[in-house]
Amino acid sequence: MKSFLPLNWGVETGSKIARGRIWSAKDTEGSFRTLEIYRYDPDTGSGPRLDTYLIDLSDCGPMVLDALIKIKNEIDPTLTFRRSCREGVCGSCSMNIGGRNWLACTQAMDDIDGPIRIFPLSHMRVVKDLVIDQSHLFDQHKLIQPWLQTEGPDPERERLQSPEERAKLDGLYECILCFSCTSGCPSYWWNGDRYLGPAVLLNAYRWLVDSRDEATGKRLDELEDPFRLYRCHTIMNCTKTCPKGLEPAKAIAKIKAMLVARQQ
Amino acid sequence: MENKKERQHSRPLAPDLQTYRPTLTMTMSIVHRATGIVLYVGFVGMAAWLTTLATGPRAYETMQRILGSWVGLAVLFVFTWAILHHAFGGIRHLIWDLSIAHTYPWREYLTRATLAASLACAVLFWIALLWTGGHPS
Repeated sequence: MKSFLPLNWGVETGSKIARGRIWSAKDTEGSFRTLEIYRYDPDTGSGPRLDTYLIDLSDCGPMVLDALIKIKNEIDPTLTFRRSCREGVCGSCSMNIGGRNWLACTQAMDDIDGPIRIFPLSHMRVVKDLVIDQSHLFDQHKLIQPWLQTEGPDPERERLQSPEERAKLDGLYECILCFSCTSGCPSYWWNGDRYLGPAVLLNAYRWLVDSRDEATGKRLDELEDPFRLYRCHTIMNCTKTCPKGLEPAKAIAKIKAMLVARQQ
Repeated sequence: MENKKERQHSRPLAPDLQTYRPTLTMTMSIVHRATGIVLYVGFVGMAAWLTTLATGPRAYETMQRILGSWVGLAVLFVFTWAILHHAFGGIRHLIWDLSIAHTYPWREYLTRATLAASLACAVLFWIALLWTGGHPS
């Protein structure tokens, strides 16, 4: 099964996706790949559409981002998407590719069967084409105060950590805030206005377990809320879809455990 | 000039269930909710059965006939499976809450195991029930 619902089923009028145009490849030799890409231009006044592009694989890199750049360079310069590092460290090019959220730069085209369908991150407001409005996501990130907080005067030198204390941050500090997980979370789809979502909660846990941070109690107070934290129902889409191989669901479980432990 | 709020609201919403490829754990999360609803309705049925028990022999007999029919038995089987599945799902969530079995493929093994266990236990329960005729010795 490709998805639970057919395209446009139950979708609000302004978000319905129309059939778009077909852009054929420039020359007809070599092997081709079909990409179906979500398009939306706020300046035209018309709704989203799904355009089909044919690209020549003999002259294209292996990743989905290579194909997108090739389309923008050679076929349709109006195609809009975020990208920067092209090697999975910046988190800019996260999008829904072949039904799952991933970074376009680390998603090999060969790993997808048939036409490659590309949509913006699921259930996000679209600014243009594959670019989503991230303002609410970053507001939520700001809410957890993602910086080191201490009491008392600053020490003379660096705040030291033992190798064991530092190891607790492994699997957390690697988050690049691409929001693939948050956008893949059904609970976030329905309650994203108040639920913080897996990416922000993983970062919250990163500061909760940091041996140098002294605001643990205050941080837990902020999270102890039926919506902010407890809308997580361990659906596990976040862990499955993380392009960095992190485990947001586990971080959330550990926050819940910390809240239980401090009641003892 | 266009209001910022207005513009944000006029933005289209990217599709979710219409494009997201179903994952095993997401599907079983939905099944967990569905079995929860089945239990809700099922216990209303159970209360109805108890009511007929209190009302008198004729009402009770009618209820027994309905429940004893093929349709009734099928509904009862689904109900027992739903109870077991919801219970095993609870254990699965308990394990995940202890931060165990989050890594692939263990989270999927665990998810499959709850489904297999609930089906097996429901079938075994009904074999035992029909074998003994409902009268455990």
